[in-house]
Amino acid sequence: MEELLIISPSPHITSGASTRKIMLDVIIALLPAVAASAVIFGLRSLLIIAVTVTVSVLSEYISRKVMKRDNTITDLSAVVTGILLALNLPVGINPLCAAFGAVTAIVVVKQMFGGIGNNFVNPALTARIVLLSSFPSQMTTWAQPFWYKSGSVDAVTCATPLALHNAGETVPVLDLFFGTTGGCMGETCAMAILIGFVYLLIRRVISPVIPLTYIGTVALMSLMFGQDFLFELLSGGLLLGAVFMATDYTTSPINTKGRVVFAVGCGVLTFLIRHFANLPEGVSFSIMIMNILVPLIERATAPRPFGEKESKNVTV
Amino acid sequence: MEKTCLSLPRKPFRTRGGAHISHNKNTRDSRSVVMPCPKTVILPMSQHIGTPCTPVVKPGMHVCVGDVIGKCESMISAPIHASVSGRVQSIRKIQLPNGHMNDAVVIESDGEMKLSENIKPPVISTPQDLFNAVHASGLVGLGGAGFPTHVKINVPEGKHADTLIINCAECEPYITADHREAVENTENVISGIVLMLRILKLDRAVVGIEDNKPDAVKALKKAISECTDAEAKKIGVLTLKARYPQGAEKVMIKAVTNRVVPMGMLPVDAGCIVMNITSVAFVSSYIKTGIPLVSKRITVDGSAVTEPKNVIVPIGTHIKDIIDFCGGYKDNCRKLILGGPMMGIALETDDFPILKQSNAVLAFNKKDAVLSTPTACIRCGRCVKNCPFSLMPAAIETAVKLHDKDKLKKLGVADCMECGTCAYNCPAHRPLVQIIRQGKMIAANKAKKQGV
Repeated sequence: MEELLIISPSPHITSGASTRKIMLDVIIALLPAVAASAVIFGLRSLLIIAVTVTVSVLSEYISRKVMKRDNTITDLSAVVTGILLALNLPVGINPLCAAFGAVTAIVVVKQMFGGIGNNFVNPALTARIVLLSSFPSQMTTWAQPFWYKSGSVDAVTCATPLALHNAGETVPVLDLFFGTTGGCMGETCAMAILIGFVYLLIRRVISPVIPLTYIGTVALMSLMFGQDFLFELLSGGLLLGAVFMATDYTTSPINTKGRVVFAVGCGVLTFLIRHFANLPEGVSFSIMIMNILVPLIERATAPRPFGEKESKNVTV
Repeated sequence: MEKTCLSLPRKPFRTRGGAHISHNKNTRDSRSVVMPCPKTVILPMSQHIGTPCTPVVKPGMHVCVGDVIGKCESMISAPIHASVSGRVQSIRKIQLPNGHMNDAVVIESDGEMKLSENIKPPVISTPQDLFNAVHASGLVGLGGAGFPTHVKINVPEGKHADTLIINCAECEPYITADHREAVENTENVISGIVLMLRILKLDRAVVGIEDNKPDAVKALKKAISECTDAEAKKIGVLTLKARYPQGAEKVMIKAVTNRVVPMGMLPVDAGCIVMNITSVAFVSSYIKTGIPLVSKRITVDGSAVTEPKNVIVPIGTHIKDIIDFCGGYKDNCRKLILGGPMMGIALETDDFPILKQSNAVLAFNKKDAVLSTPTACIRCGRCVKNCPFSLMPAAIETAVKLHDKDKLKKLGVADCMECGTCAYNCPAHRPLVQIIRQGKMIAANKAKKQGV
């Protein structure tokens, strides 16, 4: 033994999991949705994704540098934020607006609160909400599916299924499932999102608690209020939000019981906003509101240590 | 209340959390070899939880195997015996892995391994006899914790124990010492259990063993069926799922009896006495021969050991000598662990002796020794989900950073057994066990202040 031995606290082995591997799995799970958006809304969607991803990673790099913190772009979390943000935008958005959203997500929401693991709301969702209030008309102009095939330079616009539904029209369920409706780039195709969901479950990246409870709550509320529940589930950003946004580790409760409460809250708020508020869509807002409540939920639902209950019955 | 006879469990009860860890039981089929007597042994006066002993020998004195060399009047302590025959070379201070300085007796061996004349088998008929005999034998929990065994079997007044649990889970990777004990020393295991049941008047005894040791399960079941004592009917073997930390005392009690040990209390508060399989076999051999605890089976393994094997060594043997006996190092040893990779202690030198409670020496090469640098917690919740005790390591870390004593107490930090499941699973490689130890100190500090 020529060199000194390494001393470290136990355990001396690890499972091999890393933040980078988890983020890579999330990126892989998002690929079906990315592909679906490219097919349905054309190559322009890939351009928007490229813009948000590049700007996200760049802003992460620069802001860490300015704040004199170590570089974290290799953990790939900025890439995930970039893709998620793009999937929550309409395809016709000005790339500069999309870039502004990415800067907001990474610099304001994530890095100013301490970087990965410390932001209290979901960066991509919050950036979407900022864009919605900054550019309301751009953010609510939806391109017709396969508009690029018509050869026109400007996108032909259409309404989202939720808007159509509120206007009294019906949308075929198959269209919703395959995503051939108006809406944000990544949210329309239910099939692609579900493939990603299954992948995340198989890789044990997320637990099914939040998505299933969230979707289940919306379904239950729809049945209670006499709505078409299949339509409620497949339309809007519910699936994308439930699978990829509400399950964000940092901004959801750390314990299972807390996750149930969190997801029920998301479901109830989504339904209420959709049906009783003057907003086009409730998923972003409901998840963000519940994000803010996470510390309180965790405090109220903290697991009881093993043997604590029993020790109360013992007279010492 | 009417007393009902307890039945033997057919299948394990549910336990929480834990982790699947690759077993790496490379030495599972390696028959133990007795190592030749080393030139010197060094015996620290604290090889147990409790008060350290004081040396009762002086440099220059001649001692034989089994002679008492360290004693202590305190109840929670265990005497230390000479493990080789020879001359006491010196008494010097040695730093134990936990950082405490301790007296240690160095014995220069004469190579004869002459047994002490004072050795005679004890006669046991009452629980008090058993208590005295186990105390005199110097036995401590051989599973790793080193809690004096006589304290465990002394059921305090007002409490009642009905179940003896024999721990043969051996959930730590690499280690096969208990496995080999069950296979090679089956007879003593069973006779030890029978003795315990008879003297302590317990209702049943259950051997908890992980399902990755089918040969040991078979050997134990066969020995029980061949045993002619009336107590044999009360002994059962329960195969447990191989999942870390199955062998943790409180987890084992839950799996075998479905009872929960109240927070901060002992197994006897749940009516259980838990003993390691090697400990119970030792009790039996002590009753037969009267030779106190002077040797130990050690698993030597790891990527930097030339010939991994199980060796039986005198307690106090230098790790260096054992490694040399196993063909020496290969591939540049960068980390030396006393114990398993999950809860063992990293040593700074191989000039350290084997203690009573040691069961493995692992040497790792650079690839296995270097761990990833910690990154920020991403709140994935794996630590919370997998904690066998339902604690929240991530929340404890935050409280430690804030030095929040009250919060730490509320989070039950003192209850953590430091099994390391949280840190093992952490994708951000947070040193959670170290942080929790820090949290325990912060919380304990507060307790002292309140007491004054």
